[in-house]
Amino acid sequence: MEELDGEPTVTLIPGVNSKKHQMCFDWGPGEMLVCETSFNKKDVTSRFHLKFLHLFECFLPLWHHKMFRAHLVCHFIFCRLVRVSKNYRSVIRACMEEMHQVAIAAKDPASGRQYSSQVRGVTTVVLAPLFPSLLPAGPLLLHLLDWVRLHVCEVDSLSADVLGSENPSKHESFWNLVTILVLQGRLDEARQMLSKEADTSPASAGMCRIMGELMRTMPILSPGNTQTLTELELKWQHWHEECERYLQDCTFASNPHLESLCKIMLGDEAALLEQKELLSNWYHFLVTRLLYSNPTVKPIDLQYYAQSSLDLFLGGESSPEPLDNILMAAFEFDIHQVIKECSIALSNWWFVAHLTDLLDHCKLLQSHNLYFGSNMREFLLLEYASGLFAHPSLWQLGVDYFDYCPELGRVSLELHIERIPLNTEQKALKVLRICEQRQMTEQVRSICKILAMKAVRNNRLGSALSWSIRAKDAAFATLVSDRFLRDYCERGCFSDLDLIDNLGPAMMLSDRLTFLGKYREFHRVYGEKRFADAASLLLSLMTSQIAPRSFWMTLLTDALPLLEQKQVIFSAEQTYELMQCLEDLTSGRPVHRGPDTQQCQDDDIETTKVEMLRLALARNLARAIVREGSLEGS
Amino acid sequence: MEEIYAKFVSQKISKTRWRPLPPGSLQTAETFATGSWDNEENYVSLWSIGDFGNLDSDGGFEGDHQLLCDIRHHGDIMDLQVNLCIIICPTSFSHLTLSVNQQWTTAHYHTGPGSPSYSSAPCTGIVCNNPEIVTVGEDGRINLFRADHKEAVRTIDNADSSTLHAVTFLRTPEILTVNSIGQLKIWDFRQQGNEPSQILSLTGDRVPLHCVDRHPNQQHVVATGGQDGMLSIWDVRQGTMPVSLLKAHEAEMWEVHFHPSNPDHLFTCSEDGSLWHWDASTDVPEKSLLFHQGGRTSTFLSHSISNQANVHQSVISSWLSTDPAKDRIEITSLLPSRTLSVNSLDVLGPCLVCGTDAEAIYVTRHLFS
Repeated sequence: MEELDGEPTVTLIPGVNSKKHQMCFDWGPGEMLVCETSFNKKDVTSRFHLKFLHLFECFLPLWHHKMFRAHLVCHFIFCRLVRVSKNYRSVIRACMEEMHQVAIAAKDPASGRQYSSQVRGVTTVVLAPLFPSLLPAGPLLLHLLDWVRLHVCEVDSLSADVLGSENPSKHESFWNLVTILVLQGRLDEARQMLSKEADTSPASAGMCRIMGELMRTMPILSPGNTQTLTELELKWQHWHEECERYLQDCTFASNPHLESLCKIMLGDEAALLEQKELLSNWYHFLVTRLLYSNPTVKPIDLQYYAQSSLDLFLGGESSPEPLDNILMAAFEFDIHQVIKECSIALSNWWFVAHLTDLLDHCKLLQSHNLYFGSNMREFLLLEYASGLFAHPSLWQLGVDYFDYCPELGRVSLELHIERIPLNTEQKALKVLRICEQRQMTEQVRSICKILAMKAVRNNRLGSALSWSIRAKDAAFATLVSDRFLRDYCERGCFSDLDLIDNLGPAMMLSDRLTFLGKYREFHRVYGEKRFADAASLLLSLMTSQIAPRSFWMTLLTDALPLLEQKQVIFSAEQTYELMQCLEDLTSGRPVHRGPDTQQCQDDDIETTKVEMLRLALARNLARAIVREGSLEGS
Repeated sequence: MEEIYAKFVSQKISKTRWRPLPPGSLQTAETFATGSWDNEENYVSLWSIGDFGNLDSDGGFEGDHQLLCDIRHHGDIMDLQVNLCIIICPTSFSHLTLSVNQQWTTAHYHTGPGSPSYSSAPCTGIVCNNPEIVTVGEDGRINLFRADHKEAVRTIDNADSSTLHAVTFLRTPEILTVNSIGQLKIWDFRQQGNEPSQILSLTGDRVPLHCVDRHPNQQHVVATGGQDGMLSIWDVRQGTMPVSLLKAHEAEMWEVHFHPSNPDHLFTCSEDGSLWHWDASTDVPEKSLLFHQGGRTSTFLSHSISNQANVHQSVISSWLSTDPAKDRIEITSLLPSRTLSVNSLDVLGPCLVCGTDAEAIYVTRHLFS
């Protein structure tokens, strides 16, 4: 979290002469785009001209891969919303531990510090028992104690250290540990530690025993307790006086550690402030102070204690950080202020989006109408999800978040999903599945079209066809078929027979594709010497108008060997139709009489072909009539 | 199927494979490899599931898998094969490292009027049968490598006009590939030409096939999974159409595996976030379903689509058998709740591992309890 009033770091952009040219920039979800213009300071009328583009990635520790777990599990919980707050907390706690390790392992100490401060900031706020309506019923102080204990995780490692050593009470951090346990209100554990001290040094055994007794008898609130508050206050007052008496009697005078413990338990502010290092932050100070001076504090009074604790702890040395502002707003139970402060202070929308969603579900958030119509929860979720899409692998999570935004979610998803870079087919398939599940047919079509086009360029006609079939894109299927036909015309044979032979019902997708399939079938049938079938197939190709005009000549030429066969294959009727087609073809073609010799040669070939066809057709007609006539006659 | 443990690993897992045990070993599987995808830096990682000797009093314990080592890789990990000595190079008994022993670059590439020469194409599948390695890719090319040769031993260019999705060995010189127009092709490396020796496909819609696996004992029985989540069982000796079609998942089926030692069991995983266990063993008439924890059980009848009059009934394979009254396949969903896509799974003995797009790896050591 940046200090809002600190000096910003300066980054020099290589290759840009800032004296001569000015730069312009724009923000992205996680990056900044900077480019050099050709405006210079003197001549304002020069045109805008793009020379260099620089892309800066902003430092976003929340996108570090170890934090993915946070995003994922939050996503999991977000979708299910079961026992939410506790789950979120445990997730955050686990992530926090991992991030600590990352921070320690970070090579650059500055970034390590930033990591830990970011994470600490976020986790502190998340773990704060902010809103009483979210909590199960119970006194406020217990929840605050819980919070502090969860938040400070160094105690466990310290305790493991001390207890694991040979002589725990002689460990250098022994008294620190005991003090921390007292500060956190974990009096049972503190007592156990003290008993170890009592065992090893009989001189202080008596004092330890008395202290232990005090610790044991401290009246505490517990949820199952049936005492009334007044009873508890009375008992607590009594206990407080007892501690006071022991202190006055100088019972612990010979052991300064025990004496300071006693003062702490009396809620003496000076003694507490002496332990600043162990407390490490003002809200810990606040909770301890409340524990030992006003254990029955009510939520309403919390903010006053909070403010005074902050002032006392900082002691005028440093000013509050943005995190402190967030917490203050939280203690005042001002939800909107909390959200506002978080949005300003934190570098991405992860925390704010989830928090607002939680609050919205608990009906604690009055919805503001923002100027483009959706409410705050949706706005924040949209921002967060857009940020997820900017990341190479978290986009799948973003999809689910968009699903939960009723007004603008679908539109945003439609825009984002088309722009995911698709390097492999497998990724493309996943994206397409997401679109199909949400009936986004436009997006399916456009993505398939891009993939099919890439495939055509790479000469993968089979892939191109399978993409067009998936998108039910007739136009593209036509394009692919044209490609095949062109290849056939150039080479005289079909490429990719495995594809064309096995088109199946996909053939119906486009006319051209059907033609391709049927034409190939014609070749196959011809190859099997089933001439009658081949003939009728060929004829149907021409008469049903699915053959492109440019191909008719080829088809007619294919008919030649059938016409020249010894047996009569085409019936008279069929021959008439073939003649009709030929006439249609030749009548439509203008006669060129140009000076180009190549053109003349082509024309000659054409004319020869036509003449040959006419001759063959005429002969066939003659034979067909004779045959049909004689059959009828007999 | 008792406990299945999940661990979040901060990378989307594209493939998981058990490290095979030395032949004749009686241990259960302990180490598996994973490949990740879709990050800027992807990793091939090796994990170990520890010693589960200690049980809590209530029978639960932390079944965590530990990362042993990993190696960075630029580009998505599309497929993974683990052999005792390929991919993994042990440097001493206690320390395993992954290092790049050999790389074949530009094994798959596109050439075409629109693409610059040798623009690379993703390789989609790999299978190895020591020392031979076969790869297939989006460029429709099949490559045969040997572990000690720098160049490909044999390449079949333009083996397919569409993308080849997966490959498996049938018999040693023969491989089987599936492609994105729904065809199975059998290639024989003994033949010189570039044509497949056999093509099988469904009539009907050309649904792309994504995965294929061969029955471990009966080399003519093959299972494939398609884009519509349909599981098909084929007999490559008979005809060109599948023996049975089973409606399975709601989205693409990414992997199908026969259990290597109990081939009556089949496992499939899919984009719809589920992992299914298909049990075709017919010995127990009544099965107690009480201990299927958290999973859905349903019984499907296999329906055959072709009349296999010539199949000898003495060749017992529960997958090929066509009598609907006799054969009931029991299907169990193994994952406790729906997640994002389950991309990969592997089985070895009683152990199963799978990886998902939700950046989690699930492991169970009690498949048949």
